[in-house]
Amino acid sequence: MSEATASQPAQRGVAMLRRIDPAVAASFGCILLLLLVGSLYSRSFLSPDYLLQQLKVASFLGVIATGMMLVILLGQIDLSVPWVVTAGAMMACAAAAHGTTGAILAIPCGILCGAAIGLLNGIGVAYLRIPSMIITLATNAVAQGLMVAYTGGFAPQDSASKAMRYLATGNVVPGLSNAVLVWAIIGGAAIWLLSRTTFGRAIYAIGNRERAAYLSGIDTRRVTMLAFALSGALSAFGGVLLAGYASKAAQSMGDAYLLPSIAAVVLGGTHILGGRGSYLGTIAGVILITLLQSILSVMQISEAGRQLIYGAVIILMLLIYGRQKA
Amino acid sequence: MTEWRYWLAEQRGTLLAIGIFVAMFLIYATNHPAGFSANMVQTASNKATLLAFVAMAQAIVVITAGIDLSVGMILTLTNCLASWIVVGTATETALGVAGVLGTGLLCGMINGAIVIFGRLQPIVTTIATGAMYYGVALMLRPNPGGSVNETLADALTGRLFGVLPTSLVALAAAALLIWVPYSRSVIGRAAFATGSSEVAAYMSGAPIRAAKFAAYSLAGLLSAIGGLFLTFFSYTGEAAYASGNAYTLFSIAAVVLGGVSLMGGRGSAIGAIFGALAFRTIGDLLFVFDFDPLWQPLFQGIVLMLAVSIGAFGLLRVRNRLEWFG
Repeated sequence: MSEATASQPAQRGVAMLRRIDPAVAASFGCILLLLLVGSLYSRSFLSPDYLLQQLKVASFLGVIATGMMLVILLGQIDLSVPWVVTAGAMMACAAAAHGTTGAILAIPCGILCGAAIGLLNGIGVAYLRIPSMIITLATNAVAQGLMVAYTGGFAPQDSASKAMRYLATGNVVPGLSNAVLVWAIIGGAAIWLLSRTTFGRAIYAIGNRERAAYLSGIDTRRVTMLAFALSGALSAFGGVLLAGYASKAAQSMGDAYLLPSIAAVVLGGTHILGGRGSYLGTIAGVILITLLQSILSVMQISEAGRQLIYGAVIILMLLIYGRQKA
Repeated sequence: MTEWRYWLAEQRGTLLAIGIFVAMFLIYATNHPAGFSANMVQTASNKATLLAFVAMAQAIVVITAGIDLSVGMILTLTNCLASWIVVGTATETALGVAGVLGTGLLCGMINGAIVIFGRLQPIVTTIATGAMYYGVALMLRPNPGGSVNETLADALTGRLFGVLPTSLVALAAAALLIWVPYSRSVIGRAAFATGSSEVAAYMSGAPIRAAKFAAYSLAGLLSAIGGLFLTFFSYTGEAAYASGNAYTLFSIAAVVLGGVSLMGGRGSAIGAIFGALAFRTIGDLLFVFDFDPLWQPLFQGIVLMLAVSIGAFGLLRVRNRLEWFG
C-alpha cells in the first residue's frame, strides 16, 4: 500500500487510481446513487445542513466500526459490541456523578472499561484459542449481567458530564459537529495504524494466514489480543459519545450498533474472513448505512418495511461486488 | 482401536453435553422447592424445547462450517405467522401448521440459495436475511396479539399419559425423523465432509451444494417448528427483536456446549439438543437458589464463559505450537 515510489505527482495520481479497490469505488458509487434517489424524493437531501447532520449521526457508528474493522481484518469477529457500548456509556456517566474529579475521569473511565472487556476477549481468542464468535458472545453476556446488576435493570439516573456532551454535540469549527472531528481523528489514526505501523501490517498478515505470520516472527497472539482490546476501547468510546449526545446512558442502547457495524465494514469491501480491506471502504460503508437508514425513515416507511429494504439492499450490494472468488 | 473406541471418540462432545446436562438437572431438581415432579419436568421441558429446536437448526448449519444468524428471526417470523393461521377447525389448523413449516423451509432455502449461488459469506448473508425476516414478522404483527388453536396447543404442551411432557416427545420425534435420516444419508455425510474440508469433499465428488442447501433448508424448517411451539406456549404472536436475537445467540452457545465444532465437520444435533437443555437449566438454577433475578444475566454469562473455556484445555495436549493455528 505504501510502496508508491513515483516522484511525479501526476504519476502518483495515476498509480493511486489504479490501486483503488473496486469494492470501495462501488460503495462510494452507491452513496451517490442513494443521494440521487433521496434528492428525487425531496430537495433537502442535498442541502449542506442535512448532509452534515448525517455525518454527525454516522460518526458514532464510524467510531464503533473502526474497532470492528480491526477485528474483522484479523479474520475474527466481535459480537460483544452491544453491551460494551452500553457499559462504556454507563460507566462514564457513573464516574461523572462523582464531583469534579469524576467529571474529569468520566471519559477515560468509560474507555478503560471497554478496553478491559476487549482485553478479556483478546486473551480468550489469542491465548486460549476460543473461537471469537463464542468468547465475545460470552463477554457480552457478562457485561450485560454486570450492567443489569449495577443499574437494577432501570435506566441509570446519572447524566453525562459536560466534556462528554461537548465532545458529541459541541462545535469547535462552526457548523461542524465535534463528533465528526472525533471520528476524523480516530479514522486518521486508524489509517496510519493500518498502513504505516508494524502492528497494522501484522494485522493484515495474521488475517491472511496466522501460521505464516507466526513463522515470520510476528507475535501473533499479542497482536490479536491488542486488536481486541482496541476494539473494546473504541466501542466503549462510541458509547461515551452516544451518552454525550443523548446526555445520559440507557439500557440496551448498544443493540442497534452490532449489525450495522459489521455491515458497514463488509459493505466497505473488507473481507469478512480477514486479511483484506481498507479504512476508506469502512468510511464509505458507514456513510452508506447511515444514509440508507436516514432515507428510509425520512420516506416514512414503517419499521417493518425499513428492516425488509435494509436487509435486501445489503444483500443486493454484496451480490454486486462482495462475492467470493469461486 | 476397536470399533467402540472410534464411536466414543466421535461422540465425545455429545456425551459431554449429556453429562453436563444431567449434572445441572440433578442439582436443579434436588433443590427445586416443589421437589422432583412431573409438573416441574413439564415446565422445564417446555421452556427448553424452544431453544433445543433452534440449537438443532444451528448445529446442522454449523456442521457444514457455515453459520445461520437468522434462526432467531425465522422463529419470530413463524411465531407471528402461526398466530394468524394456526386457528379454526382441524383441517384449517393442519393447513396452517403446514403453511408455517413451509414458510420456515422457504426462509432456509433463501439463505441456502444466497450462500451457495450468490457466493456470499454465511455470516453477513444471514444477518441481512434475518433483518428481512424480522421485517416480515413486524408486518404480520405490528402489535403483539393473535391466537392459536388452543386444543392443539394444550395437547402439545401438556403431558402424555400424565407423565411424559409432550414437548419432549416432539423434540425426540424431530431428532429421530429429521436428524437421524439426514445424518445417515449421502447428503448428510457430504455435509460433514464439506465442513471438514470443502476442497477435499469437492475432490471426492461429494454433492457439496446439495448438502449445504439441505442444511440451510432444514435449519429453516427446525426453526419454524420452534416458532410453532413458541406460539403454542404463549398463545400469541409477537415480533420481538430482542428475543429473536437472544435465540440466535443462545443457539450458538448451545451448539458449542453441545460439542459441535464451530470450525465445522464435527458434532451432532443430538449434542446440540442437550447443550440447549443444559443452557436453559443453568438459567433456571438461579431461581431455585432464590437469587435476586437481577443477577441472572451475570450468572448465565459467567457460566457460559467457563463452559466455552473448557475447550481451551485442548491446548495442553498440543505438541507443536503450529497446531495453535488449526
